[in-house]
Amino acid sequence: MKTLLDKYRFLIARRISQISIMVLYIIANVYGINFLTGNLSSSLLVGIIPLSDPYAVLQMFVAGAVLSFDILLGAFLITIFYMTIGGRAFCSWVCPVNIITDLANYLRRKFGFNQIQKKQPASRNIRYWVIAISLVISFSMGIAAFEFISPISMVHRGIIFGLGFGWAAILVIFLFDLFVLKNGWCGHICPLGGAYSLIGKFSLIRVHHNAPNCTACMKCKEVCPESQVLHMVTKTSIPVLSGECTNCGRCIEVCDDDALNFSIKNFKKGEQNEVR
Amino acid sequence: MNTGKKSPISDRRRFLLNIARTTGLAILGGLTWSAYVSEVTATKLILRPPGALNEDDFLRTCIKCGMCVEACPFDTLKLARPGDNKPLGTPFFEPREIPCYMCPDIPCVPVCPTDALDIFSVQNDKKELDINKADMGVAVIDNNSCIAFWGIQCDACYRACPLLGEAISIEYTKNERTGKHAFMKPVVHADVCTGCGMCEKACVTEKAAIFVLPREVAEGKAGDYYIKGWDKNDEKRLENATSIETTTEISKKSAIDSLNSSMEDLY
Repeated sequence: MKTLLDKYRFLIARRISQISIMVLYIIANVYGINFLTGNLSSSLLVGIIPLSDPYAVLQMFVAGAVLSFDILLGAFLITIFYMTIGGRAFCSWVCPVNIITDLANYLRRKFGFNQIQKKQPASRNIRYWVIAISLVISFSMGIAAFEFISPISMVHRGIIFGLGFGWAAILVIFLFDLFVLKNGWCGHICPLGGAYSLIGKFSLIRVHHNAPNCTACMKCKEVCPESQVLHMVTKTSIPVLSGECTNCGRCIEVCDDDALNFSIKNFKKGEQNEVR
Repeated sequence: MNTGKKSPISDRRRFLLNIARTTGLAILGGLTWSAYVSEVTATKLILRPPGALNEDDFLRTCIKCGMCVEACPFDTLKLARPGDNKPLGTPFFEPREIPCYMCPDIPCVPVCPTDALDIFSVQNDKKELDINKADMGVAVIDNNSCIAFWGIQCDACYRACPLLGEAISIEYTKNERTGKHAFMKPVVHADVCTGCGMCEKACVTEKAAIFVLPREVAEGKAGDYYIKGWDKNDEKRLENATSIETTTEISKKSAIDSLNSSMEDLY
């Protein structure tokens, strides 16, 4: 039997991570304690290391902006980090919108909406289309297109610099995810999540499935915000290889049978990424 | 070929319909999105931090990180929030609230990670930072509401100007109404004015009679047709000038004939 802490260890760690990143930005803005300045679009860590949103930089490049060295280095560092280590961890460990959509998802489960709306009417590939359209608009209008409508930026900028009518964006996403489409924003539309899915495809940290332990209770699939990535559950002992997995670790927490665990991707050929 | 009404829908039809639906959604979304972006970026009435690139380049280069806002010691700069009706997330200032106080070390510019605030534009010939090179806008005076133009003595804007006597000077003229007083009218010298807005902040009228506008908005343009004949450099533009002669019905007659005919030939 797992303790309560065991049941929520990754969730608690993620909330701490998400909130403390926001707090670091806020104390830099309000009190001038410059450990992490800027916001999630672009920041400066300990006053030296630039970090930039690679998707925003890509749009700026397509829009025809002259890119500075700092911004390229920042985007490079972030890309390398998520590509080799984090996977799509930005979405579940950093992005504040995740807290809103997780709440909507939690309420959906509590109220049993998922039983009523069983069939998901939209494709999860919409996000890649949104990326494509954003790049076309960026190119034709000479402007980083998604950055002008991004509810993610509205939220983190709102938290750090003042919200304005940004609460409306929060409400829209919340209601959309709650009533219209399960995991609607983060799992279907958000092009930033799409970009990190593409970047994180090759990362080393993966959720691994151990099929012999699995009792097919399906709790993991119910709680997973990208349940399509868990297609191997009950069947084969392979790691979750899709970049769409956000490495949130919820599936590991809810599993009572130790059939899911974080592990490093195994590159030895003979073992074919099998656990143990 | 005759397919019965009840025959199953072919995979090809399903596939084509899927493509059509995706295309339709993409066009719908894309055009709405473009329309929105073009609408929010259309405003020209926005004052940018010192050293900002021209508005088009600024909009495509600024990543909206807010580091200039954090660097500003006077809380002059703000990031546009939803509801401000300005390009979302970009830095701006409103001089009547808090003007730019022209820090000599210009903390807002070097922190910009994207160079949307261009440090070279606020450097003098010796490569030293020089805030007086900044060009955030230009102050404009509304003669009707400026009380100095009524004849009431006020030089608040002149005194507030960090380039006192250079960007704003006071012009003395005779007050014909009283016959014994003088007007002391402020005059903005647009080529020197940096657009810091300290005059707008200092203005004593209910709504500022002197205010900063983006240079593009405030200034006209004479164009190529007019030459300052008294200016040697401007006169040089004539050297390579070409001319185009247009011939119309009236140019067949002499100018005097044309006048004597009561301009009949015009109709």
